[in-house]
Amino acid sequence: MRVSVTKRAFYSLAATAMATVLAGCGSQIADPASAGSTASSGTSCVDTSGSSIKVGFINSLSGTMAISESTVFDSLSLAAEEINASGGVLGKHLEVISEDGASEPTKFAERAGKLIQQDCTAAVFGGWTSSSRKAMLPVFEANDALLFYPVQYEGLESSKNIFYTGATTNQQIIPALDYLAEQGTKSLFLVGSDYVFPRTANKIIQAYAAAKGIEVLGEEYAPLGSTEFSTIVNKVRDSKADAVFNTLNGDSNVAFFRQYKSVGLTADTMPVVSVSIAEEEVPGVGLDNVEGQLTAWDYYQTLDTPANKKFVAAFKSKFGTERVTSDPMEAAYTSLYLWKAMVEKAGSFEVDKVQAAAGGVTFEAPEGLVTVNGENNHITKTPRIGKINAEGLIDTVWSSPAAVEPDPFLATYDWAKDLTK
Amino acid sequence: MKSLLRGRLGTVAGFTLGAVLLLGVAPVLLPAFSLGLLGKFLCFAIVAVGIGLAWGRGGMLTLGQGVFFGLGAYIMAMHMKLADASLFGGSGVPDFMSLYGSGEVPGWWEPFRSPAVTLLAVVLVPGLVALVLGLAIFKRRVKGAYFAILSQALAAAFAVFLIGQQATTGGSNGLNGFRSFFGFDLKDPNNKLMLYMIAAVVLLLSVAIARQLMHSRFGELLVAVRDQEERVRFLGYDPATVKTVIYVAAAVLAGVAGALFVPIVGIISPADVGVIPSIAFLIGVAIGGRGTLLGPVLGAVCVAAAQSSLSSTFPSFWVYFQGLLFVLVIGFMPGGLASLPALLGRRSRTPPDAPDPVAPPDAPDPDVEERATKPEEVSR
Repeated sequence: MRVSVTKRAFYSLAATAMATVLAGCGSQIADPASAGSTASSGTSCVDTSGSSIKVGFINSLSGTMAISESTVFDSLSLAAEEINASGGVLGKHLEVISEDGASEPTKFAERAGKLIQQDCTAAVFGGWTSSSRKAMLPVFEANDALLFYPVQYEGLESSKNIFYTGATTNQQIIPALDYLAEQGTKSLFLVGSDYVFPRTANKIIQAYAAAKGIEVLGEEYAPLGSTEFSTIVNKVRDSKADAVFNTLNGDSNVAFFRQYKSVGLTADTMPVVSVSIAEEEVPGVGLDNVEGQLTAWDYYQTLDTPANKKFVAAFKSKFGTERVTSDPMEAAYTSLYLWKAMVEKAGSFEVDKVQAAAGGVTFEAPEGLVTVNGENNHITKTPRIGKINAEGLIDTVWSSPAAVEPDPFLATYDWAKDLTK
Repeated sequence: MKSLLRGRLGTVAGFTLGAVLLLGVAPVLLPAFSLGLLGKFLCFAIVAVGIGLAWGRGGMLTLGQGVFFGLGAYIMAMHMKLADASLFGGSGVPDFMSLYGSGEVPGWWEPFRSPAVTLLAVVLVPGLVALVLGLAIFKRRVKGAYFAILSQALAAAFAVFLIGQQATTGGSNGLNGFRSFFGFDLKDPNNKLMLYMIAAVVLLLSVAIARQLMHSRFGELLVAVRDQEERVRFLGYDPATVKTVIYVAAAVLAGVAGALFVPIVGIISPADVGVIPSIAFLIGVAIGGRGTLLGPVLGAVCVAAAQSSLSSTFPSFWVYFQGLLFVLVIGFMPGGLASLPALLGRRSRTPPDAPDPVAPPDAPDPDVEERATKPEEVSR
């Protein structure tokens, strides 16, 4: 009898539980067209009544990406400090809430949700890897919030909730290829880490090469974090290519360039163009290994513009003279100022008003004047090819005559038609 | 008989309290964002119930639950991607496939278009994989550290495999950007509440099942296998079968948890299924008390909650803190925090080994049982 008592208690409990669950059911998607409108989330909780306004920084401060992303956090902090010192945004002091993405996409998505829903920030700045951006994109779209993403990336994306202040492919990779073609490069070898950015970049390079008569002699991938490059480097050497296009990320560059040097390859015999090595990474990779090699970015610390001199001086005085500034740091610094300019043009912190005001907003950035493209939410940038010098800084050896309009889907390039379908 | 009644009623009372807290109090008190987080922690707790059975009761130090969690999660994610593609895109091809792949859905994705196949697969695929692995491993009498290393290697290999298949698994990006869950709009807060409720009910059910298992003859046998495998074999039982059954149960729980994790959290990536998350599952269980019924659940929820709140304030400090906590618990409190009341209680009473005047030795209820909290020998 006792057994039946407990059993009955259990069943009734289970029934109650199921009833509760079913009672919780919300709307089903009957008509996809109305799905967006029925959603009742996305109502902003941003508090604009006080003397301060909250903004969120989301960077990996732990995990494998911390070494790179903490530099972006530093330059964002510098920008926030400067803006606050000069009166804030619309008269409101910026209150920074910082979250750690811990180098994991899932963590980025969760923390972005917290910054939007719990902290009610007016805008969020950060992210580095493509996977972190892809993880955050649906969060920002679902909550109709704003993310400013400051790193060069593989393109093929455009969201009204993300402003891309780093280079898209036609502001970094294609100019680098143009430069190589101009230098008389007839054959290329592609080396990259095995993830979305290198794979997409190499797809674009293959299409470009096919159209311009450049021969691609090999395409090799190593797992992220891999340090075993003897096989790949031997293939590179045996290919006798005119140049190497390097999309390796992080630690792998150390092993790659060390091996590269040890088999007798140099910047003179077979130059390597890297798109993920900036001033910040040079000491890590080892200056001996990369001196004289080429890089493709839109900003270098050595740029001779008044805005850059001010930026570099301010950064060094805040964080120490041994610190360097790099392209993603500059893009992050610029992103906060661009948001400020958008808000001031809109006269409001509201997301839809900021979005509407964004097109045409300009900022005299360290890399030069940048303008927001209101159609794809990217910005104009000035591509530059650099050469790593003896001090570990990068000298500009070629620069685009004018800022280049962003074209994330490569719609204006005939040879890229098949890439984007 | 009297103690039996008290034990059962006590369990029902505890179960009811848990149900009221999870289904009644939490949804009312917590804001939407925190409730979503709690839902995620409950998924980890479901995995922890399985680890509690396999490791705490069965002595199998499984460092690779991420594999089963990942199988369940990816199966659910594939279904949701395909469903979204038909609902919103019209083409039936998930967005990332046309961007990075051939633009065609690979054949092994197709079965997961069906909701029924998906729900079955979430349970059966992790279960079958664990069955095959379990039989292969335990029949050969592989145990202790060797089993632990093997399970960890599997988790590592699984993550590497997923990263390598950019065009079909999303690679390091994983799968995300889901908009619907079996036709329910994921933006709707009511549907988010429903998902939380489902996770809570699944957790309650798995705790109930684990309790029944622990108190059954089979549960006794499992503990016997853990403590004296050879003697159990001499008694005529096959320890390999006992271990395999519980390994499969733990795998199914992990798979179901993974399938719930995807709609609640909205993303699954190789970083959620590899070696580090597999160890993270274990830490909560160890800290909570692996041999007990509720220790793993509470441990998993508390560790995940602590990580969530502390890691933002002290990003790099958290990892050290977690490691330190793990070392302290393993070194000084092998029974986990669940054994704390018993330890303190014993110290305050007079002689340490005197018969317990409150609970008779045969009382079935106390979740902290002496034999269950005994640390197993990892390698013999």
